[in-house]
Amino acid sequence: MKVGGILLGLAAISLAAAAGQARIVAREVDDEVITGKNLPRTLEEFGFFIHADAQMPTTGVLPYRLNTPLYSDGAEKLRFVYVPEGQEVGFGKDGLLQFPVGSALIKTFAFGNGEERRLIETRVLLHREDGWLALPYLWNEEQTEARLAVAGARIDLTTPKGEAISYRVPNKNQCKECHGLDGAVTPIGPKARNLPAGWLDASFGLSHEEAGVMPLWEDRQSASAEDAARAYLDVNCAHCHRPGATASNSGLDLRWEQDDPHALGIMKRPVAAGRGAGSHLYDVVPGKPGESILLHRMLSNDPGVAMPELGKATVDEEGTEAVRRWIEGLPES
Amino acid sequence: MKRIAIFAALLASASPLAAEVHTIIPGEGAQERLQEALILAEPGDEIVLSAGRYELTDGLSLDVDNVTLRGEGMDGTVLDFTSQAGAGEGLLVTSDNVTLRDFAVENPKGDGIKSKGADNIVYHRLRVTWTRGPHPENGAYAIYPVESTGVLVDGVKVTGASDAGIYVGQSDRITVRNSIAEANVAGIEIENSRNALVEHNIATRNTGGILVFDLPNLPVMGGGNVIVRNNLVVANDTPNFAPPGNIVAGVRRGTGIMVMANEDVLIEGNVLSGNPTAPVMVIAYVQPYDDERYNPLARNIVIGENAFEGGGYDPQLEGGEMLKAAFGGELPPVMWDGLGSLYVVEGTPGWTLNLTEQGKGLGAASPAPLTVEPPVDEFDASEIGAPAELEDRLG
Repeated sequence: MKVGGILLGLAAISLAAAAGQARIVAREVDDEVITGKNLPRTLEEFGFFIHADAQMPTTGVLPYRLNTPLYSDGAEKLRFVYVPEGQEVGFGKDGLLQFPVGSALIKTFAFGNGEERRLIETRVLLHREDGWLALPYLWNEEQTEARLAVAGARIDLTTPKGEAISYRVPNKNQCKECHGLDGAVTPIGPKARNLPAGWLDASFGLSHEEAGVMPLWEDRQSASAEDAARAYLDVNCAHCHRPGATASNSGLDLRWEQDDPHALGIMKRPVAAGRGAGSHLYDVVPGKPGESILLHRMLSNDPGVAMPELGKATVDEEGTEAVRRWIEGLPES
Repeated sequence: MKRIAIFAALLASASPLAAEVHTIIPGEGAQERLQEALILAEPGDEIVLSAGRYELTDGLSLDVDNVTLRGEGMDGTVLDFTSQAGAGEGLLVTSDNVTLRDFAVENPKGDGIKSKGADNIVYHRLRVTWTRGPHPENGAYAIYPVESTGVLVDGVKVTGASDAGIYVGQSDRITVRNSIAEANVAGIEIENSRNALVEHNIATRNTGGILVFDLPNLPVMGGGNVIVRNNLVVANDTPNFAPPGNIVAGVRRGTGIMVMANEDVLIEGNVLSGNPTAPVMVIAYVQPYDDERYNPLARNIVIGENAFEGGGYDPQLEGGEMLKAAFGGELPPVMWDGLGSLYVVEGTPGWTLNLTEQGKGLGAASPAPLTVEPPVDEFDASEIGAPAELEDRLG
């Protein structure tokens, strides 16, 4: 602590002479900004990064990956977690990591490779005394600063597959549409089953019997069609399609642990799909992906039909293929 | 006295909880300005949408309790979603005690205004319109409260929904009144809900006017305790334009008031004219189902005095022409499938399919004139309708 203070002091002295050098000194995460009452105007205020534009995290901010990720138009996603020093992390329901107050989850969305890489937005989830708070930060053109954008934004960009899209930065409420459960904001991604066992151990000294059971997305061909599709549906759909969440009224429950075929959509009629149903009668028709509303909506780009409703503007060819393979292999009754 | 007043004023201005009015004007950046106001509003605040047309590219959402969103008239303030690129509805409300009033939503890509888990909500003098008229690619629902307790819909106008104009689902303590539902597939639909009052509405040029449904396999089940009274249900003769696969795609053109499954429903004081399949239809759920919580029959459905002009003079039913001939040129106004229990006041003619079990179609019918008992007891209306205190937010 003392050493850090001295270093910071030195950095301040040299600031005028070598402004560029000052940022190299490892800064500390500002715990009070995380737990305070305000909505910080810039990402910089948290102090999560040494080089924010290079996404180089400071001490205590740990990068992580998920085995099967959420599809976001092919964006590169850089995930970090911060837990205040000396605080315990545990597991809650469904193996969701339980982070203490003062923790933060940070996710940056970027497009382009190498020198061409452009940071678009950084979303943060802050665990405050009164619960989790989700905030979106929008990067400027010069990549020098990310500012709070509670109302979100639209940005024209080209995906890795070459599709020109209008990319949607979610507004604060839209954050909750996916992160809302029983009325409160909650993290979704960091569940034991979708986190590598080695990372859990190395980061928090934790182990869990389900750790990493969801397939690594890039290795999904070696997983069963069911595991690959069910992991994909859990990660991409089940934050809304589950009891207590945004699409609970549909009666569709796509969580990994759900094993009732009807809840998973198999021969289930839609409730409020409207034109989203296309000309189909059931969510999932075993052996018939072409007659399944679930896949029909995932293959659409038309707002009002397309699923998920938020967080993507293009069809995920790989994800839909995994779901198609699963439905095709389901035994016809 | 004076001192107290000054003190009160100081207190009001110093308190962060003092209600504020935020006024939004149309034009450049309206999407962000309006959404930001909806996010940063504090409980008690009012957001005023000045008259004009707001060109919006994304759905709006409100998640703060006790906020009023007010326009300057359903023809003055128009939220135009014609170029909407994302989100499943025009406006989504997920907080309690919200009042939406005096504005219009046009051409949303999905639903119009949806409120989910939003208790004690008031929809007042709103308009939701798909301007091209009936079309299968219009959004499903215009006004769409779901999973809520306390819903008051008053004085709204809905046109062009490819499912239901006013759809209340999986909710409790509901009033829908003084509203106009025109040229939707279903005008007004109450689904898997309890304690609903539907009165003083006009349902016209829909495929079906007013529907009271209970469906299986939903989180909230057991619809019932519904009153449909004093509505004008006229000329619901628009061909069904719902996308196939939706339950309302099975509604026959020319259905006036339809009850499917449900228990304890009273239909009285309505004027039913020009509903050529069936002015009133009472049937069980028709599909196979697998849900032990579910009762598919229509139980204790009460038809009181209604004014009928004509019956099923052009029924969209298999064998319709033969049926018409058998009943002397026109089907009587009340159609029942013969399952569950139905009570009809004396002097209202009807016919029954005389089905003996659920899930059988018209093929298993042995049609006959209706002979059922008149209602025995007074219908218990005590818990029906939106909580009275919601009235205070009108006017």
